[in-house]
Formats: sequence, C-alpha cells, structure tokens
Amino acid sequence: MWELFINNWQTFLIGFANTVFSSILALIGSLVIGSGFAILETVPNKFWRIVAKIYIEIFRNIPLLVIAMIFYLVVPQFLFKVNGFTAGTIGLTLYTSAFIAETVRSGINAVGDGQMEGARSNGMTYWQAMRYVILPQAFRIVIPPLGNQFVNLIKNSSVLAFVAGFDLMYQGDIVASNTFETIPTYIIIGIFYLILTMPLSYYMQHLENK
Amino acid sequence: MDFVNALSWVNFRFLLQGLWVTIYVSLISIALSFLIGLLLGTIRYTKTPIISKLVGFIVDVVRNLPLLLIIFFTYFGLPGIGVRVNSLVASIIALVIFESAMISEIVRSGINAVDEGQMEGARSNGMNFVQAMFYVVMPQALLKMIPTLLSQFVSLVKDTSLATIIILPELLYHAQIVYSQNTNYMIPMYLIIAAMYFVVCFCLSMFASYLQRKFDSR
Repeated sequence: MWELFINNWQTFLIGFANTVFSSILALIGSLVIGSGFAILETVPNKFWRIVAKIYIEIFRNIPLLVIAMIFYLVVPQFLFKVNGFTAGTIGLTLYTSAFIAETVRSGINAVGDGQMEGARSNGMTYWQAMRYVILPQAFRIVIPPLGNQFVNLIKNSSVLAFVAGFDLMYQGDIVASNTFETIPTYIIIGIFYLILTMPLSYYMQHLENK
Repeated sequence: MDFVNALSWVNFRFLLQGLWVTIYVSLISIALSFLIGLLLGTIRYTKTPIISKLVGFIVDVVRNLPLLLIIFFTYFGLPGIGVRVNSLVASIIALVIFESAMISEIVRSGINAVDEGQMEGARSNGMNFVQAMFYVVMPQALLKMIPTLLSQFVSLVKDTSLATIIILPELLYHAQIVYSQNTNYMIPMYLIIAAMYFVVCFCLSMFASYLQRKFDSR
C-alpha cells in the first residue's frame, strides 16, 4: 500500500487539494447563503419567510447528486459553461446552505424574543438588533452543529467524482483503474478523508461537551 | 426539451420502477440500520471496558468516511473476501453500515439525554439492566430522538442515489437510461426525478417537523 501511494502520490495529492479547496469554497458560500436565508426565515414579513422556506425545503429534500448533475448537465445548455469542479462546488454550496440555514435559524430562535425586544426598545432598528445583538449570540450557540455540517460537507464533496471534479474520490478511481489495486487505493483515500474529518468531528464533540 | 414525449407512459412507468427500488432499498436499510444502531448506541452507552471503546472507534471511523467510499468498499471489497454480492445487496449493506453508525450516535445522545435517575430508580426497583433499558430508559430516549432519527432517514433516502455508481437500478439510474437514448429528454428527466425525490423526502420531513412540534409543546 505504501508503494502504491509513493508511485501515485501526485495523483492523490491533486485530489486532496481539490477536495479541500472545494470544501472551503462551499463552506464560505453556504455560510453566507445559509445565514441569509436563516435571517430571512425569521423576519416579520410573511412573504420573505415563505420564500426562504421554499428555498430551504427544495434544497434539503433533493439528493445532492441530483443537484450536482443538474448543474453539470442542464445548466450549461441554457446559461453558462461550467466544468465539473465548478458545477459540483455550486451544487454542494446550495445543498449545504439549506442545512446551514436550518441550523442558524434554530440558533436565532434559541436566543429568545426578549433580546430582540430589548434591543429594539433601546432604539436599534430591526437590522441593527439582528446584526449586533441576535446574530453574535446565535452563532455562538450553533458552532458545534455548524462544525458537524462542515464534516458532512467534506464527506459530501465526494459527489464531485460523479461530475469529473478531480476530487479525492475521482483521482482515486483513476489510480484504481490504472493499477487494478482497488481496495488498497480506497483505503488510502479513506485515510485522506479521515485526516480531514476526524479531528474536526472530535473537536466539535469536545465543544459540545463543554 | 421535449416534455410530452419524455413523459410518455413507458418512460414514466420506467421511472416509477426506479422509484420503487429507491423506496424498497431505503425501507430495508432503515429497518436494519435502526436495529443495529440501537444496539451499537446502547453498547456505547453502557461503557463496557474494551467493547464500548472499540465500537465507539469503529463508529467514528465509519461516520467520518464518505458513503460513496463505503459503497465502493462493499461492492469491490466483499468479492475479495469471497462473498459474491450483486449491486442491490452491496448497496443495502453499505447503507446499513453507514447509517447504523450515524444512528448509533443519535441513540447514544438520546439515551444520555434521559435523566440518570430513571435508570437508577428502575434498577433499585429490582429491574435488571436489560429490563430497565427496555421498559424505562429506551421509551423516553426514543421519544426524544424521533425528530433527529426521521431527518436521518430522509438523508438515507437521498443517499440511495449514490448507489447509481454501482449500477443499482434506482430512480436516478433509470432516468439516466431514459435520457441516454434521447438527450432531449435530459432536462425533463432531471426535473421529474427531482420532483419525485422531493415528494418522498418532503413528506418524511414534514412528518418529522410535525412530531418535533408535538414533542416541543409538551
């Protein structure tokens, strides 16, 4: 197995880099979009609440693979050309953003109405109260579940293999089909994934217990 | 784009067959992984010296691997140790391995959320551990974890689509067969299967949040 890794380390490393890169891009994107929809889901205006709800339910209830395939195969026919990496990362971002929105919303709800009322009666506008009073507290509450979402995101980034995204899984497939050493290759890939996800999920467990 | 022909009865029936495989595989996997998850979660809760740590470690490794990798392992790995599997059995085994690890974590935190006094009280009333677990602690724990469990089942249903890669004839794979014959059907196919997945998962999600509200209001 060690020999297999030495002979193909460049292929593996490209995949590892792409997985990390895609995960970080998707994390940033989905944090922004997800928090946006989470706030939208808690505004007083009913119309925007419904809009946010529809977005969240759509992306939460369709498999990530289908979303990624739609971006890979369907979107290029109408809008713009995308390569596999971009299509996969966009799909990953939208899919995860729905889960992050739910997580952040539960954080906002957990902060309690009194905080908002207090901030408003101190003369803040709705958005000021949200920005300076509610969100900082909400994010502190949801850090452990957000971390778990990030672990899921890293694992889910393996769907990039379906859309030729050159991630760890895809590169592993290349090595496996070149060397015919299927199982050792997948063990190496598994170790790579564990390097990324294991420390993160243990750290989140540690935070949860505190 | 050719919606009318794409959704001819023959194609639609073919998709429904795929949907049936998706639901069938999901139901079997849900049942099996729930039972195994309950067992593993309880083992981890008991803190038996070596076994609990070992189970905990294995569960953590499985939980932190992508499901796609586990599907590959079962499909290509099992024949290596002399077990011949077809894609249906391989995908059920892979789903059960992955989801029972996820569910055991839910079960463990569910049991931990039940007050310790319940277990102590039951034990001091003369029940043995299994009785106390089965009659006192587990019913309360299950009630607490039903919403989380259901959303895990929703993600199981969605995850069955990954088994396309080992040619499980489920919904996504059937759609791919249809549009590989006529690429004009591609967009209608993706829209219709997205809608089908949505309906199945949304009903489950709605049921989950209905239960959530019901338990929250108590």
